[in-house]
Amino acid sequence: MRSKEIVIRDVEKTFQTRGGAVQALSKVNLNIEPLSFVSVVGPSGCGKSTLMNLLAGLDTPTGGVIEIGGERVSGAQEGNAVVFQRDLLLEWRTVIANILLPFELHGVTWLDRKDRTTNRQLAEDLLRMVGLEGFGDKYPFELSGGMRQRVSICRALIQRPTLLMMDEPFGALDALTREQMMYDLLRLYDQYKCTVVFITHSIEEAVFLSDRVLVMSERPGSVVRDIKIQLERPRNLSTRMDARFLDCVKEIRGVFQSQGVLAEV
Amino acid sequence: MIQRMNWRQGLSVSVTLIGMLAVWQLICVLFAVPAYLLPTPLDIGSRLISDGDVLLRHTGITLFEIVAGFGLSVLFGIPAAVIIVYSRYFSQAVFPLLIGLQCVPMISIAPLLITWLGFGMITQVVIAFLIAFFPIIVSAVVGLKSMEKEMNMLAMSLRASKLQIFLYFRLPRALPSIFGGFKVGITLSVVGAVVAEFVSSDRGLGYLQLVANAKLDITMQFCVIVMLAVIGLVLYNLVGLIERIALPWYRASRGGE
Ligand SMILES: Nc1ncnc2c1ncn2[C@@H]1O[C@H](COP(=O)(O)OP(=O)(O)OP(=O)(O)O)[C@@H](O)[C@H]1O
Ligand SMILES: [Mg+2]
Repeated sequence: MRSKEIVIRDVEKTFQTRGGAVQALSKVNLNIEPLSFVSVVGPSGCGKSTLMNLLAGLDTPTGGVIEIGGERVSGAQEGNAVVFQRDLLLEWRTVIANILLPFELHGVTWLDRKDRTTNRQLAEDLLRMVGLEGFGDKYPFELSGGMRQRVSICRALIQRPTLLMMDEPFGALDALTREQMMYDLLRLYDQYKCTVVFITHSIEEAVFLSDRVLVMSERPGSVVRDIKIQLERPRNLSTRMDARFLDCVKEIRGVFQSQGVLAEV
Repeated sequence: MIQRMNWRQGLSVSVTLIGMLAVWQLICVLFAVPAYLLPTPLDIGSRLISDGDVLLRHTGITLFEIVAGFGLSVLFGIPAAVIIVYSRYFSQAVFPLLIGLQCVPMISIAPLLITWLGFGMITQVVIAFLIAFFPIIVSAVVGLKSMEKEMNMLAMSLRASKLQIFLYFRLPRALPSIFGGFKVGITLSVVGAVVAEFVSSDRGLGYLQLVANAKLDITMQFCVIVMLAVIGLVLYNLVGLIERIALPWYRASRGGE
């Protein structure tokens, strides 16, 4: 399957809560080109996760439309895969069984012997790519936080997504692991070619990974700046020293400052 | 490693037990405690052997009542928990009532049951069932309700059906809690069956205990207690063993308990 263009038009989301209505998103408009890597940054609570859930069909907008390849999103769609902030591995399944879960849920049972072995092969290849060779038969509790998140990325990639959505996937990791995961993710992106929507708090992370960074305002969130990142791929350590990298980071900081999100004492 | 720890723990438990029995024996002998007040461990041991056939017959009956009662409570408790979790009416109207009912000591309805069901084994089975039913249903409901919102989002994003969400996410997530309920339930079933036998029976260990008591046969009473302890221990550990086999990920992830 080919990645398709995503069109988000006038999307709004208001939650009805006990304390009254909470508007999380107001008039979000954007187009995302197929195969691009797009990051969304914004202050906490501005509606980033809400936007991703809408895009993934896990929630419905209260206004506007979201279309993927010209079709209106309603419910989770084939070809979409989501990586959440928490790795959400099933503790009772081994690493391999966790990765193969999407297949199992869609009709590949233990009866399909042939598929089973080829699928297992697929899962093991993925594990090798994220540096977890030989961990297939371990249970999640035997892995570190970073390893667990790698497994959850494998679980998303094995679906061969055309659209991969990640909601602060590295948020719970330490700085060093986080950086390593960024390099790994870029490598996977090169191999797996799909549209990536990546949500993060970290400006550096967003600039380093993406073709485009969308900056959101405080709640109710909307896209206030759309920044193209003109750094060539493959990107590596030296990219982070590049003047253009630093300029982009500075520009986004500037947006936050002018919004009053980042204030100096 | 875990194997070895178990082995060592088993050894220290048995040594302690033997030590305590030795002290008991010694006290009885040294202070010349009369056997009609407190028999020595050796007395009890030899009585266990000499009256083994009687004890075993009654043990079999009590064991049957316990297992049948417990089995029924699992058989009814788990589906009932599933219904409660999936039905608004049952979770909001029936479940609170069940919790309230749990506060009624099940033993207190034994005389009623005798009126309704007679003196047969069925009364004992029903009491063992009722007493185990509540902890099993409550812990199953708690377990089945403990699936996190995020997990549900993951299931949705993987396009899992309702049945799949139950089988792949909710049920496995609930198993540790369900087994916790089983462990409480099986212990209570033992209590239920024996007390029910006290109240109404002409068979079983509870009955044997009463008869021995009437005859001032203290040694026999101790033999009954030993058999009950064995039943309780074996059944409890059997549930624990099944849990360990069924949930290899659970105990280990909690440091082996
Ligand atoms: N299910 C919900 N019910 C009610 N309000 C919600 C719900 N989900 C989110 N909100 C509200 O919507 C707003 C945006 O939430 P969202 O989770 O999208 O923020 P976020 O940008 O992802 O924040 P963070 O970076 O901290 O994860 C918040 O103010 C939150 O309180
Ligand atoms: Mg969020």
